[in-house]
Amino acid sequence: MAALGHLQRLEAEAIFILREVVATCDKPVLLYSIGKDSAVLLHLAQKAFYPAKLPFPLLHVDTGWKFREMIAFRDETVARLGLDLIVHINPDGVAAGISPLASGSQVHTDVMKTQGLKQALDQHGFDAAFGGARRDEEKSRAKERIFSLRTVDHRWDPKGQRPEPWALFNTRKLKGESFRVFPLSNWTEADVWSYIAQEKIPVVPLYFAAPRPVVQRAGTLIMRDDERLVLQPDEVVETRMVRFRTLGCYPLTGAVESTATTLEEIIAEMSGSRVSERQGRVIDHDGAASMEAKKQEGYF
Amino acid sequence: MRPALTAHGDSGDFVAASPQIALLRFITCGSVDDGKSTLIGRILFEAGAVFEDQLEALDRDSRKFGTVDGGRDFALLVDGLSAEREQGITIDVAYRYFATPRRSFIVADTPGHEQYTRNMATGASTADCAVILIDARMGVLPQTRRHSFIVSLVGVKRIVVAINKMDLVDCDQRVFETIAKDYRQAVAGLGFETIDVIPVSARDGDNIRQASARMPWYQGPTLLTWLETVDMSEAAAEGEQGVFPVQYVNRPDHLFRGFAGTVATGRVAVGDGVVSLPSMRQSRVARIVTADGDWPQAEAGQAVTLTLGDEIDTSRGDVLVVQPRTGIVQVRRQGTARVLVTGDQPLRVGGAYEIKLATATAQTVISAIHHVVDIETYRPGMADDLPMNAIGQISLRLDRPVPMTAYRDSAVLGGFILIDRISRQTVAFGFMDADVADLPVGKSDELTRPLVNLRDRLLGPSGSVLRRQRLEAVSWRLTGALVLAVVMAGLDLPLPVIGTVVLADLLVRPVLKVLHHHVWQTARQPAPALSDLDQGDGI
Ligand SMILES: Nc1nc2c(ncn2[C@@H]2O[C@H](COP(=O)(O)OP(=O)(O)OP(=O)(O)O)[C@@H](O)[C@H]2O)c(=O)[nH]1
Ligand SMILES: [Mg+2]
Repeated sequence: MAALGHLQRLEAEAIFILREVVATCDKPVLLYSIGKDSAVLLHLAQKAFYPAKLPFPLLHVDTGWKFREMIAFRDETVARLGLDLIVHINPDGVAAGISPLASGSQVHTDVMKTQGLKQALDQHGFDAAFGGARRDEEKSRAKERIFSLRTVDHRWDPKGQRPEPWALFNTRKLKGESFRVFPLSNWTEADVWSYIAQEKIPVVPLYFAAPRPVVQRAGTLIMRDDERLVLQPDEVVETRMVRFRTLGCYPLTGAVESTATTLEEIIAEMSGSRVSERQGRVIDHDGAASMEAKKQEGYF
Repeated sequence: MRPALTAHGDSGDFVAASPQIALLRFITCGSVDDGKSTLIGRILFEAGAVFEDQLEALDRDSRKFGTVDGGRDFALLVDGLSAEREQGITIDVAYRYFATPRRSFIVADTPGHEQYTRNMATGASTADCAVILIDARMGVLPQTRRHSFIVSLVGVKRIVVAINKMDLVDCDQRVFETIAKDYRQAVAGLGFETIDVIPVSARDGDNIRQASARMPWYQGPTLLTWLETVDMSEAAAEGEQGVFPVQYVNRPDHLFRGFAGTVATGRVAVGDGVVSLPSMRQSRVARIVTADGDWPQAEAGQAVTLTLGDEIDTSRGDVLVVQPRTGIVQVRRQGTARVLVTGDQPLRVGGAYEIKLATATAQTVISAIHHVVDIETYRPGMADDLPMNAIGQISLRLDRPVPMTAYRDSAVLGGFILIDRISRQTVAFGFMDADVADLPVGKSDELTRPLVNLRDRLLGPSGSVLRRQRLEAVSWRLTGALVLAVVMAGLDLPLPVIGTVVLADLLVRPVLKVLHHHVWQTARQPAPALSDLDQGDGI
């Protein structure tokens, strides 16, 4: 009997986790953020419940500042696969005119992402939310359980996590508590790309290099996706061959110069890269323990 | 079984004969401040898994929180929680990933503090092998022994001992040899198959990837080489029982009814006859459905959906076992198990919990606590309860029959957790034993054990509801007899008469009651069904 390959093991583990939630939780939802990890998560969810349709809806917490290509890809995916998608955008944030440019990345992320997510989960009464986060992304994520228990207020208690032996997940919780569940916990960025290549999973074209309009801002290349990105006096829009390693709100997401236009080239480029995936994320650098702090407040 | 103690540097193990696993999961463990996190940080760095921006952040953090004067504190790469960085300790397990040209690795860096033992055990539970760290200045400490015990409890057979901070003992070979000998002695009874020992300096990188120039007397593999080459061929015994715990019934419409799950052991193939436990209904595997098309068979670890030839009633928590049966999976209503207590409240006899074993859940009561393991000597001792972090052996009664195996036969069907019914917390990790008969008995209580057993049989286990009830019954009986004697004395009956009546009341009635009870027991016995399976009637 041949030993299972590395990706096979990861795939089986993720499918097991997805099924465990559906078998034991009342109202699960899949947080769909449109990026590559979400694409893999969605693909695995479809495999887990085949031939049935997904037994839970997708939730996209929009901020109004995603790349236009992301939204187009999202709608095309939902239509192609016949999915049930909920889009939530924090109405209070919209009313207050919150934007990553005017309000700063911290306020924007807190109001539009963290508060928006909590609103949507509470409104629909979801008790388990799948996310595509990976432990290799960031040092506090490396510490998080696969079933991450959240309080009634969605808080994470990093110092009091439940022990989690083997694949025996304790799916019991008190009324009002919920789980964030991470089936891709043990995947690395390289695993995700290898799996996308192996399974031919469609991803947003922004991951592939193309000539795009960018400006240099605070050492980061920001794509000017629409006119809301008002140029500073000394800034000029240049067309450069760039791609993105992660996707988020466009004014907060740095592009990398690249010529990788195929999956093979992306994988080759990544294995030679000397900087981490999240380096292009402005919000990760807001403070030493910023991801942990955001998670404690209810962020993914 | 005596563990084979290979000499450090013995390269016999490093010849790969059978297909090696591509992904190795290991942990670092040991006592507080032995340098576990530093070691992992160092390994990540040496393996090229630390990116430039992360290295810059590390240098910033080292200046701010670092414990290494003017240098890089590699532990900060791994200790990712703000409380950990501020206190310079590890609180919870960190999972990190790296690859070399030979293997991919998932490493769990576990905390050394006793208070966080449950987090260490979380990391250990999924490990294929373990790196046990020992501070060269401190030698084998209680926490080294505790972690070694937990590592053996979860079934890890191959360990490597990294004797760390050799730089602080002048890279002295004698210090190394002494600790290596002490350690081997300390864990001689734990059943490890190989114990290799490597002298390292995690801070400076000696014998991590590069052989140390300061320790030319050490000729064995470096730590990374050991990890890349440790023999982990999955010795999957041909003919292992095909076992499939049903995780979820997939029923999109009335035409399709599939049993989704992950093959626990062996293999399941289309056409195989299967028995569904505990119902004992039989059927045949009709299809193995996956999104990539139907498969002819599925192997241990693969997540698939089975359809069966007959409409048998099977649901989550049931286990499909491929015919012919080998007797490994048993349907039981009770079990003896070793437990590691993870809850704040001690486990007590009479305590009621929810048990989760594979995909099954049931209600359970602790019917006895047999012993607690002394972490210094590994000897079992008597205990009335098992407090947090204790390891002991208990018996459990379940409210319904559950298919299970001994933990040593399958972690999937022999490992369980106990869940508190009110707080919903995980209060213990459990490891099912094969049989109640082979309870290890500690030297200290060899003499008292038969007496204790007799007492427990007559009165019920200590602290149990049963014992209270029995004691209450005895006291009621004696009070009754006393009242009878007083009444008869008041009636001026002669002493021999009083004596006879009281004695008859005390003895004859219970005997009659027992006989009567016995008659009813036999009459009420159900037809040879599930309850008969409880005692080892293997499927
Ligand atoms: N001189 C020297 N110091 C070391 C070495 N390895 C670790 N240290 C120091 O020992 C201290 C403890 O290291 P950690 O890596 O945090 O220890 P740990 O075992 O992870 O501790 P816990 O996780 O809290 O149990 C730190 O100050 C390290 O810099 C070594 O090889 N040589
Ligand atoms: Mg540590």
